[in-house]
Order: sequence, then C-alpha cells, then structure tokens
Amino acid sequence: MSDERSCCCSSNDCCVEKSLTVYDKKDKWVVDEIHTSKGTVLVVSTNLDMKDFFEAWKVRWGIGRMDYKISPGLYAVGNPDQTSPVLVSVNYKLTFNALRKELAGLDCWILVLDTKGINVWCAAGKGTFGTNELVHRILKTELSEIVSHKKLVLPQLGAPGVSAHEVTKQTGFSIVYGPVRAKDIKAFLTSDFKATEDMRTVKFTLWDRLVLTPIDLVAAIKKSLIVFGILFIVNLFAAKPFGLADFIIYTGTVVTGTVITPVLLPYIPGRAFAWKGWLFGLLWTAGSVWLNGWFTSEFLLVAIGYLLVLPSLSAFLSMNFTGSSTYTSYSGVIKEMKTAIPLIALSSITGILLVLINSLLA
Amino acid sequence: MDHKYLKNVTTLNLSVEKCIGCGRCVEVCPHRVFILNERKAQIKDKDMCMECGACMVNCPVNAITVRAGVGCAAAVIMGWLTGREPSCDCSMDGKNCCNEDVIL
Ligand code: SF4
Ligand code: SF4
Repeated sequence: MSDERSCCCSSNDCCVEKSLTVYDKKDKWVVDEIHTSKGTVLVVSTNLDMKDFFEAWKVRWGIGRMDYKISPGLYAVGNPDQTSPVLVSVNYKLTFNALRKELAGLDCWILVLDTKGINVWCAAGKGTFGTNELVHRILKTELSEIVSHKKLVLPQLGAPGVSAHEVTKQTGFSIVYGPVRAKDIKAFLTSDFKATEDMRTVKFTLWDRLVLTPIDLVAAIKKSLIVFGILFIVNLFAAKPFGLADFIIYTGTVVTGTVITPVLLPYIPGRAFAWKGWLFGLLWTAGSVWLNGWFTSEFLLVAIGYLLVLPSLSAFLSMNFTGSSTYTSYSGVIKEMKTAIPLIALSSITGILLVLINSLLA
Repeated sequence: MDHKYLKNVTTLNLSVEKCIGCGRCVEVCPHRVFILNERKAQIKDKDMCMECGACMVNCPVNAITVRAGVGCAAAVIMGWLTGREPSCDCSMDGKNCCNEDVIL
C-alpha cells in the first residue's frame, strides 16, 4: 500500500468528505469511520485475523519485508471523543497491529507517524520517529481541533528521537511516555498514565531472542550458498573432496552462531557476543572433529583448520546479534569489534588455507 | 536472567549542577539507569546504559550528554564500508533489525 494513495482512485464511491487518512477500502482491519469536524477518521479493529498472522510470519522469515506499512495519519479505536487519550505510533504495520490488538474495549485515538515502515526503536534512532515529524503530524491532522485536552502518549522507546519539551514548545501538547511493551498499554491508560518500573524496563527474554533468530539464520544460509558454490568448484580439483561430514560441521557452526548462542546468550559466561559465539563454536567444532575421528595425524591439517575457521565464523555471526539485542551500546560494540575482528580475520584466513591445502594437496 | 554487556565503556555523563529534578530521564531510560534523589537525578547503574540518547534529548536543561549510537556490529561494519554514520537501516533491504514487534 503506497503512502500517497487517494482513497478514491480505485473505487466508484468517491468519498464526499475529506478523509484524514488515506487507506485501501479492501483493508479488513478498518471497521468503521468517525466523522469529525476535521474530516473522517478510520476506526480500526482490535482483532488480528489470519492474514495479519500470515503477514507477520512472512516478515519474520524475511519474505517481502519491505512494504509492510500503512498510511500515516489519525486512526480511532472504539468510539473516542474529545476527551479520549491520543496514542502515538508508527506506520510499520507489525507495530501498529501489536498496538491495536491490545486496545480492545478502549476508546482512543492513534496518531500514526510516517516512519517509512520502520519500527519505533529504529525510527527513533534515525530520527524519523522524531520531533519534527510529530509536530508536523499534529498540525496536519489538526489534532487540537479534534481533542480538547493537550496530552499525547508516546511509546517510551520512541524517546531517543523526540524531545518532549520541544514538542510542547511548538504545539502546546505535553508528552507522557507510555510503557515499553504494547501489552502494558491498557494497564497504563487505566491507571492514570502511571507506568511501573517493570513496564519501563526493556527486556530480552528467551522468547524475544528465539523469534529473532530466523532472520539471521536465513541471511547466513543465503550467504552460505556462495561457500557451497566455491567448495563445489574446489571439489572438482580436490584430492580429498569435501563431503557430508564437512557439510554438517559447517552447517552446525552456522546454527551455533545464529541460533544456539543468541538463544542461550545470558547463560554463556563472559560479556562480549563474539566471545560467546566463539566459545560455543569451539565446543561444537571440537566435538564434531572428535566424533569424526579427525584428531589423528592423517586428518590433523583439516582438524586444526576447522578449529581455527569455524569458531571464528560462529563468533562473527554471534557478534552480529548485537544488532538484535536490546542492551548493547555503540561504545561497547566498537570496543568488542576492535579486538574481535582482527582475531577473527587472522584465525579464519589461516584456517581456510589449512583446510584448502589439505583438500587440494593431500 | 539479567543481560550484562561490557563494563566501563558508556559515554554517559550527568551534570548534577544543571539538573532541575524534573524526572524525565528516569521516565525515558529503558534500562533504568537513573533514579531521582532529593530532587536531583542520579546515575544508579552506569554499565546498563546502551547509549540510546533518550535521556539527553529529553532533558530540558541539557544536563546529560552521551554519544548516542546504535549498538549493532552489522551497522558499524556497514558504516566502515560506506563511510556513513552507522544506523539501523544497515542492511540494504531496509528491514527492521531491532527487536520491537512486541513493543508499541
Ligand atoms: S531530565 Fe535533566 S533536569 Fe530532568 S531530572 Fe533528568 S537530568 Fe535532571
Ligand atoms: S542513553 Fe539511553 S540507556 Fe543510557 S542512560 Fe540515557 S536513556 Fe538510559
């Protein structure tokens, strides 16, 4: 669904009244319309249907991740009036779905900012969920004509992009930061905008980590196809071609780096992600080499080669999970990388050379 | 189980003299780094800071400084390769990299 689509273009029943939010008439999640002095506002459903779940699943596995957005503007839930609270959200549909799902039984407005289909946290970091866009959207929707109060509820994780006092200075609206998680929004609204410590704290549960792993796994597998391609060519000349055992040890390393280490993250000793990934990569590689009976003089070259390259690969993949984590700082990541990257590079190159020498010249 | 990242790396700095005790930093910090003590902000656990910058941009009297940035290795690598500031749209397809689907 494109940003600028007019609601009239594709159907005959052209809207007489100006709509505050353009949308596609086919969208099932729009259940009604409210007519305000400033135009029509769409009422959205608080139920997710099969299509929503299917789309969310596709996004998780990295299929068609680009275009999952809705039009920015004002939306409604239930039957809000002038005194109803205004929640601010983003036009990334997965986030919007997570929010509306939690609003059953409430009457409120949702002001959706144009973050180009990016979630709150990333958009706040980039500034698209920011002071300027918020001020612009407040003015564009003529929000002060629709509600009589002067209060906006923003997601707490949008705070890095928004300067609350600046918005107040420019629009008169004051900002309260709501809870971190959508599931707490109802409790927050019904307890007079009070968030508990727990609601304000970002977590990173086992489940959070687990649902994030497919994206990295799929990306790593895609890149691995290149590796398999190269090995296939090497096999044409190899004295000792690569076989199933090599495929398994390699694939296991990729899974260790992208799934096992992220999932077990807090239980692995140490702090740096690369270290954690290296440690588990080493356990996996050493275990596999031993099971394959490669700790003998005949296979020594390949054993050492794999012990150098595979834990490094796992370290690198795990280090990339810093981007998915919710607690790593820029300074920390830089410090980690300055140590890890040279070691990973050195160890990998040596390891790859040993493995290739073994295979080609055995 | 609590997550702990590297110690003594954050660039977070609070000027207690400037602080007017509005409590905004306590409100916005996703890792509860601040507490309010006798109408002044106080840093409770510095090593929990992830340098998101929320406290800095929301402090009305500029009492807080921090070098805000993304704690993402892939973004840093992309930054090195392209010469641009590391940012969340590190990957070329504009995916949402951060864990935020359960969040508002
Ligand atoms: S936001 Fe600034 S003025 Fe307000 S309590 Fe924190 S440091 Fe003090
Ligand atoms: S930069 Fe972010 S994590 Fe660090 S103290 Fe400020 S609000 Fe908290």
